Amino acid sequence: MSTVVLLTVTGLGLAALYFLVASGLSLIFGLMGVLNFAHGAFLTIGAYGTWWAAENLPGAGSGGWGFVLGVAFGVAVGTVVAALVELLLIRPLYERHIEQVLVTVGLSLALVALVRAIWGADPRPFPAPAWAEETTSVLGASVPNDRFLLIGSAVVVLLAVLAFLRYTRFGLVIRAGVENRSMVTALGIDVRRAFTLVFALGGAFAALAGALGGVYLGSISPGQGTSLLIFAFIVVVIGGMSSITGAAVAAVLVGLVQQFANYYAASGVGDLSVVLLLALVLLTRPGGLTARVA
Amino acid sequence: MSRKLTRLAPLVVLVVLAVLPFSTLQLPGLFDGVLNSPGTLQLLALCLVFGGVALSYDLLFGFTGLLSFGHALYFAGGTYVANLALTELGWGLGAAVALTTVVGVVLPLLVGGVALRVSGIAFSMVTLAIAQVGSIVVLRDPGGLTGGEEGLALDRSNVPDAFVGVLNTVNLYWLALAYLAVVYVVVAWVTGSRAGRVWQAIRENERRVEVLGLRPYPFKLVVFVLAGLLAALGGVVHLLLLGGSTPRTTTADFTLGLLVMVVLGGAGSRWGAVLGGVLYTYLDSRLTDLASSAAVQDLPAWLRVPLSEPLFLLGSLFVLVVFFVPGGIAGLVARLRERRAGRRPGRPSGGATPPPGRVVEQLRETASRGVGVGAGGPRDGV
Repeated sequence: MSTVVLLTVTGLGLAALYFLVASGLSLIFGLMGVLNFAHGAFLTIGAYGTWWAAENLPGAGSGGWGFVLGVAFGVAVGTVVAALVELLLIRPLYERHIEQVLVTVGLSLALVALVRAIWGADPRPFPAPAWAEETTSVLGASVPNDRFLLIGSAVVVLLAVLAFLRYTRFGLVIRAGVENRSMVTALGIDVRRAFTLVFALGGAFAALAGALGGVYLGSISPGQGTSLLIFAFIVVVIGGMSSITGAAVAAVLVGLVQQFANYYAASGVGDLSVVLLLALVLLTRPGGLTARVA
Repeated sequence: MSRKLTRLAPLVVLVVLAVLPFSTLQLPGLFDGVLNSPGTLQLLALCLVFGGVALSYDLLFGFTGLLSFGHALYFAGGTYVANLALTELGWGLGAAVALTTVVGVVLPLLVGGVALRVSGIAFSMVTLAIAQVGSIVVLRDPGGLTGGEEGLALDRSNVPDAFVGVLNTVNLYWLALAYLAVVYVVVAWVTGSRAGRVWQAIRENERRVEVLGLRPYPFKLVVFVLAGLLAALGGVVHLLLLGGSTPRTTTADFTLGLLVMVVLGGAGSRWGAVLGGVLYTYLDSRLTDLASSAAVQDLPAWLRVPLSEPLFLLGSLFVLVVFFVPGGIAGLVARLRERRAGRRPGRPSGGATPPPGRVVEQLRETASRGVGVGAGGPRDGV
């Protein structure tokens, strides 16, 4: 029983990471039709930003408010980089989706290489707060606290995004833009401002995922973002490409399947079963879980 | 006159490349040693192999419009299967190549059979995910077969003597050249065939092909398998050239590298893709040497740090090409030619085939119509 609880909570923690990355991806894809390969680089930047802040920024550190400040700094850096990427590199290629994807591919290579050039390819120990390393007893299982941090953050982000989309004017524009972008433009609303916003939001979530992933894994390395990105892509496709709730459901599914299969079968089988799950979903429901039946 | 010249150009290039190992020309700056030194020949052979592999990827991306992110799987499959056959099973080279050919057909057939049921971005994602399985399997080192992160060294006792040893690098060079020539001829032949016309039609407008009464699925499956097979054979040449298989060839970054090569040279152009592959491989190797050279090490940190990562430079170059040289090198040449011929640049040159290297521009029209999951239908908001 305690194993099942531990696996479930760990799977949900992993799902939280996937969701943080995938939510930005699916918002961007839904609104702009761009599959953002640079998302993994945003994640890496967020992780290294937090790590750098903990070492160098006065007031930031690995415990208490210092940790919050460090994460806030990492998220801010990720947000700014994402917004700049949208403004300088994506916007000039407006409506040219393949080129936009190619630019993000180039960026994903270049940005990760830059991080590697500056801080080296070796993993760096990540400054996690002490309480995240302790465990809490849940139904007889001692669960590391960082899982709760991950799950809590993801739930907060999910609720905040849903509220933002439902109750604000910008959210309305984004929802309408996902539904039918040309109609929104025809009504005289500048969708491009929403593009920048969505990109910045996605960058912020990815950076947060990078910082939390550092806590979860205990160390950070430049290639981390790319390996997480592939699973986030799978989550996005299973979730139906442009739906936030779909991404959340798919993230939970993928995280749990991966954890349980990795434990009960063999290490690596979990990753394989996730791909199998993707093939299965695509063959039975080609539009993903949330696709409407036309 | 110029038409005849363009027809003959590949042949001339082939002859020049074939006799190149007899030259002792010193090209300071470009290569470290004289042209026929083993080091230079090894680098040139590597460039030629990747020229061929890039062309096989162009067959998918440039000629048919299938943006696969899993091409690394077939290349890596080629090197690992051939390596296992030679090293573990102790087979001869001929048998190993035969086995690789079988795998090189069956593997893309299975993957393509599933992946091609969806189109657009979803297709890219499925190929990416399946290729990731290959990467995971190789890294987990099942039964100590693949060597995990270390890679798998080739046992050369079953390789013909002509391909073993530093002095025989020249034979490997010719092997790589032969591989490239075969790929080029095959691609030239199939893209000119009736199936090739259908592929290009699928790239431009898949729905129209359906309306004309053809089923795109088998055509796409055939080109997927052919490109996979050519890549797998490239993997065998790569294996002989480097004397081992490395897990780096299984990663998504490897496929992204192929994509960069093709776009750099010009998607939808045969010589463009080859040139892109050659250029990328050459730059990757030379920039790595440059990074460790004294000239760079003495630079101030803000210059030295970015220069020490070839991928940073190549990635940035790629972004610049996408922005300022749409159509890559082949597109640039086509535009210059149009200008010289007195036509206004950018105007379509007429005829059924699009100007080489302009494929990306055409693909984007397809993409903007929203190919992929949920195309045409209303998409869910929240």
